[in-house]
Order: sequence, then structure tokens, then C-alpha cells
Amino acid sequence: MMLSRTAAALYWLGRYVERADFIARLVEATIRLDALSARPAGEQAWQSALAVSYTEEAFAATGLECTQDRVARFLTLDEEHPGSIIRCIDMARNNARAVRTALTREAWTAINRAWWVFHNRPTPGNATATLGLVETVKAETRGFEGSIHRMMRNEGAWLIQLGAAIERADNTSRLLDVKYHLLLPAGEQVGGVVDRDQWTTILQTVSAVNAYRWLYRDGLTPANVIDLLVTRTELPRSLAACVEEVVQLLNQLAKHTGKQGEADRMARARMAAIQKTRIADVIAGGLHEYLGAFIRENALLDGAVARQFRFI
Amino acid sequence: MESGAFDEIWGHGGPAAPRSEFAALSQWLEDTPGAELQRRQQAAEAAFRQLGITFAVYGDTDAAERIIPFDIVPRIFLPNEWARLSEGLIQRTQAINLFLEDIYGRRRILAEGVIPPELVMLNDQFRPEVDGIRPPHGVWAHICGIDLVRTGPDQFFVLEDNARTPSGVSYMLENREAMIRLCPELFRSFRVAPVDSYPDTLHHTMRSVAPGDTASPVCVVLTPGHFNSAYYEHSFLADSMGIELVEAADLVVDDDVVYMQTIAGRVRIDVIYRRIDDDFLDPVTFRPDSLLGVPGLIAAYRAGNVALINAPGNGIADDKAIYSYMPEIVRFYTGEDAKLPNVETFRCREPGALKYVLDHLSELVVKLVDGSGGYGMLVGPTASKRQIEEFRAALIAEPHRYIAQPTLALSTVPTLADQGLAPRHVDFRPFVLTGSDGVRVVPGGLTRVALKEGSLVVNSSQGGGTKDSFVLVESGPSQTQSQDGMVQSQGAGA
Repeated sequence: MMLSRTAAALYWLGRYVERADFIARLVEATIRLDALSARPAGEQAWQSALAVSYTEEAFAATGLECTQDRVARFLTLDEEHPGSIIRCIDMARNNARAVRTALTREAWTAINRAWWVFHNRPTPGNATATLGLVETVKAETRGFEGSIHRMMRNEGAWLIQLGAAIERADNTSRLLDVKYHLLLPAGEQVGGVVDRDQWTTILQTVSAVNAYRWLYRDGLTPANVIDLLVTRTELPRSLAACVEEVVQLLNQLAKHTGKQGEADRMARARMAAIQKTRIADVIAGGLHEYLGAFIRENALLDGAVARQFRFI
Repeated sequence: MESGAFDEIWGHGGPAAPRSEFAALSQWLEDTPGAELQRRQQAAEAAFRQLGITFAVYGDTDAAERIIPFDIVPRIFLPNEWARLSEGLIQRTQAINLFLEDIYGRRRILAEGVIPPELVMLNDQFRPEVDGIRPPHGVWAHICGIDLVRTGPDQFFVLEDNARTPSGVSYMLENREAMIRLCPELFRSFRVAPVDSYPDTLHHTMRSVAPGDTASPVCVVLTPGHFNSAYYEHSFLADSMGIELVEAADLVVDDDVVYMQTIAGRVRIDVIYRRIDDDFLDPVTFRPDSLLGVPGLIAAYRAGNVALINAPGNGIADDKAIYSYMPEIVRFYTGEDAKLPNVETFRCREPGALKYVLDHLSELVVKLVDGSGGYGMLVGPTASKRQIEEFRAALIAEPHRYIAQPTLALSTVPTLADQGLAPRHVDFRPFVLTGSDGVRVVPGGLTRVALKEGSLVVNSSQGGGTKDSFVLVESGPSQTQSQDGMVQSQGAGA
């Protein structure tokens, strides 16, 4: 039976790898947006990237100018900043080391390779070099995820995936919340004229550009983007897909350990609610309020998981 | 090349006239370009780094994570050499176990005057806290690392015994993996005994000493945590045995029974392979200031509810002052002469020996009786005048803390240096496992090599590296890889 300390480390390993991957995508999409838009929209692009990663204040505290190289460095290689990719990889690697026996060689070396790449890089460099750097993160996290599916199918793999699913739900909801506000200043109608590039940035950050085209034939509209990211279970990064995945993983864990608890009940209740959600109602009731409630629930679920598996 | 040192491949004749048994290896070294050897060595080191086979050097914050240099040229033991070594290792390990049982029991060896009682009873390594405890199945030193040096074709000596928590076995296994991958041709020319049974043998040993009659005892590896310099090895061993790697915080002792805390509640533990020193095992018994230990662990051990591998208190058997009595200890318990001799040792606590040592400091190696890792050591022939005078003062002040040995002409093995192959001094640590059902030696071990020309210090903390150690077999199983039926056929019917 798995040690509680191991369970906690695996869960957080899953969360940190997912977070590193998300920030990598965010940086990548923002570089594209920056390149496409005229000044000072470029600066705004980086400002919103900071907001999505909850790091506006931390960045302001550095006193640095909000430019591509400054923010890109802050989000990728800044060791002082707990939300940077390098720190996420540090945390992931510390957790992985502490539970080295619960991981396969492949899973460990993916994390360890990413760690060496980042610790041998003083700066992310220009836009092209930065894209290369984040591509490395994405490649290693893909390798890590692939290796998880080749681990034994037991608590170890499921706890990593559980951490990743809960983290992913959090990331998608924040991305949507921040960008939506930014794009629809007060008074503007949902469904009005939109900035294609901005909306494409959202889709890109969650790798959903083509998925959108397949699912919605009628062109890019904010309502459709929200629908895709909130309710469509076909998209792995949608809220509904994450919520469903959490329920499935908790089920598997319950079957294997013979135990269920508060986390299972919360997760099932959330799935029932999101399955009934209609996007028109969400927009009418206020997307910001909806997402705020979702993020709070997500944090409560995280706490319930920690109690249920006796994280120490 | 230094004159006098025996080279295990080239003998005394240099590359032109290798020892006859090693003509094939010598030929391989000639035929493989230096650049190719370099490339393979770098590939091995890159793989070690990727796997995280790193160690931390204490007091060196910059190099928080370094790998131990790996040398691509293997060290080779012939079948008859190995047979003799094994016999000697088994005999010595049996004597160490009997000695520990006696010291923490009836103390016959002291009563009969073979060892001066104060040398044991006043020794810091003697642990009154575990006096009178008999470990489950009467095994004390389950895992022994016996460090050997060689000075000639048939001259092997024991340099020191490690009966506490000898490390390095992961290098034996990982070095072999690297060699099979990078130099497969060597395994076709030589029949090499496999070492990969070590984790299974260790697990078997652990289960054999479980207390009580549990059908499937729960075994764990206890580590101080992932900041410890040997953490890779701890995790590697737990992983290869398929058992949990626990930290002290995972364990709890209740009513003299040890449990680990899991996601489904407590699980009882029967056997603990602990990689924590005695001092930090149990703050109730040993050091109250320790944050690392498991309170109550020694009480559970005393109650016979858990086996600790190795037993606490073993330090008295590998203390360097006791070491000098090993020939007498072997004779006392086995009734035979030691098959593996000691290096001649002067006990500085004896006035006559002290005088000799002080008169010959520049020729001798002086060691702290409780030092390890190459620290607290004087190598007379290479030491500066000042170092010698410092040791002279220390010896006069506290002679009982030191022993001295002649400087041996340690054997060498060809090693890849900057300017190509060159002889470098080596030592050897084989691992001996003792369970309730006997003593076993895995055919292999850790060869450490002093990478600096002429250096005799092989410790990894002081610039040493490692090599794979081949033990050749006449017949029977050897390390090969098969591809039977696993290759896609092409152009069927062609």
C-alpha cells in the first residue's frame, strides 16, 4: 500500500508538470500575439500573460519594464519567482526524486532532462530562442505524460494524473477569465466584432485551434470559444473534461484502495452540475462569477483530496 | 609509469607484454581508438547524469550534484582468483558476525584475553544501548563491504571492513549496465559472471531475517531523504527490490511495533534496511537532538518485533583499532587462519608501535581509527613537511586515536587519462550478504580508481572514479543478451 508521503509527492508532481507545460504554452501563444499586434497591444499581451499566471503583482515588484524579453525571462527562467517554469520544474523534480521508486526510469529522466536544460540556460534569448526553449518543455512534458501511461496502472499513475487534471482545470478557467475580461471591456456585446488574434491566442494556449474548427463550423465567436472551453468533453483541457477525468481517477483509486470519501462526493456533484450547464445561462449570469466559483470549488477539492489520502 | 606497481592487465611488462590471460583485453585496448573510448566513456557519464546517479560533496555547495567519474576500461578477476577471494570473504564475514554476537553477549573474546577489554568497552563504537539484544536469527552484519587491495598476482589484503552501512553497490550494477550497452564486444570475448541477481539476493536476505513466522514479511529501505549524498542508491535498491523507500516521518512505533503510514492507514513493518547511522536512528535511545530518527524504534527492535539491517552497534566490528586484531578474531571464532590477510598495522596506542610510527612518518599511512572517506588520513610519502608535523603532534597528544600502515604498492589497471591509457591505482569493494540461511558473495563489486597519476586515494570525495569489475567464469551463466525470435523478417520469400 502506498505511503501517504509518496501519494502527496506524486499528486504535486502531476500538478507542477502540468503547470510548467501550461506556462510554456502561454509564453508561446503570447509571443505569437505580440508579433501580430501593433504597439502598445504587444505590451498588453504580456500584461495579460502575467494575469493568467497570477503573477502581475510579483512582476510589478521586480520594477522591470513589461517587455517581451523581461516577461519571457520572468516566466521561464527566473529562479526568484515561484511561478516560473524553472521553479515548477525544480518542484516537480524534487517531488520526483523523493518518490523515485514510485516512478519509472522514463518518467524520471523526462523530468531530469528538462531540469538540466533549464539549469544550463542563463537567459531565454530572443523570441525564436524562447520558442525553442518552451518547445523543449513541451517535448519533455509530453514524454513524461507518455511515460505515465507505461507505468503500472495503479495508485501511482492515477495520483499523478489526478494532480494534473485538477491543475489543468485551474489553468483553463484562469485563462478564460482573464482573457475574456480583457477582450470584452464594459459595454461591449458578446458576439460583436472580436479581435481574431486575441481569441486565437486562447485557443492556442489550450491547443484547441483545430478542435474549434472541427466542432464549430460557423466561424470564431466568443460564445463558441466559451462553450468549447467550458462544456465540451471532447477537448481534454475543457473544464468539463477535467471534471470528468477527476471523477474517473478517483473511482479507480477507490476501487483499488477500497476507500471513498469527501473528494469522491465533491467531484461527482461537480460533474453532475457541469453536465447540465448551458453556455447561454453562464453568459447571462456572468462568466466571471461562474469561473470564480469554479476556481474556488477546485481549491476545495484539492483540500479534500489531501485529507482523503492523508497527505503529510 | 611507476616502477614496482603491479598492473593487473599489463603485469610488470607494460602494454607490449600483457599477462597471458589478458592478451584479448590488451588487444581490444590497442584496437579501439582513444577517441572512441572517450566517446563511450562520455556516453556512459551522460546516461548517469540523466538517471540522476549523482552524489553531493559535503561542504561543496557549487557542485551540489556531481557524478562520479566512470572509467571505460574494466578490471578483471580470473575464476581461480575469485574462488580464493570468495572463500576469504565468507570466512571473514562469518567471523565478524560471531564477534558481534560475542561482544554484545558473553564477551568470551575479552575474557580470554585475545583483545584488550578497554579497547572494546571504552570505544565510542561500542553501543551500550543495544548491549544484550540478540537480533532476529542472530545475524548482525547482513551486508558487509570488505575493502581489498592488491600488490601482486596472488597478494590480496583486506584494507578495511565495512559492517555498518557500506555503500556503492548501485555503481556495481549501473556500471555493468553501461558496459553492456557501450562495449558489447567485450562480453563476447569474455565470459563474465552476471551481477544483476544482487537485488534479489538482498531481498531474499532481508526476508530470511524477518522476526516471527510471517509468510510474507514487509521489508522497507529507510533513507535520511533525497538530500543525502547516497540517495540515488537508496532509491535504486528499493526500486530494484520492489519495496517501499521510507523516511523516518513515514514510520510510527506503537506498542513496540513499527508501522508505515499509507493512504489506506498503517501497515506493519518487519524488516528495515536502514541507511541512517546509529546516532540518528532513534532519538529516544541515541541522540535526542536528532530530527531524523524514529522514536521508539530501538524499543521495537529490543522487543524482537523488527529486524534492522545492519544491526545497530556494528561499528565496533569495523573500527580500525579492532581491525588490527582481525587475524586473531578470525582464528578465535573459526579455528582457522585468516584466508585474507590484513595489511600490517601499527597500533599507536602501544608505546613500541608509536615510537616506530613517529620515527617513520614519511613512509607510512596514518589513519584515524574512526575516520572514513579518506578524511583524517596522512599519506607519508606524498605529504608535506607541515602535514607530517601536524600528524606528529596529533599522534603524541592522542595516540589511541590512530593506527599506521606501510604504504603499499597498490596494483594498477589501465585507465583512460588525458594522454591515452595509463596505469592508475585501484582498490576493490565486494559485497557479502548474510541471511539466516548462509553467506553469499555476488561475483563482482565496486572498483575504485585514483584518477590522478601516482595517487593512492580512491575516495569519490577526493577525485576518485569507478570501473566495472568483471569476474570471469569457466562455464555456466554469463552476461549476454539474446535476440531470439525478436527481429522482424524482411522480404518474406526472398
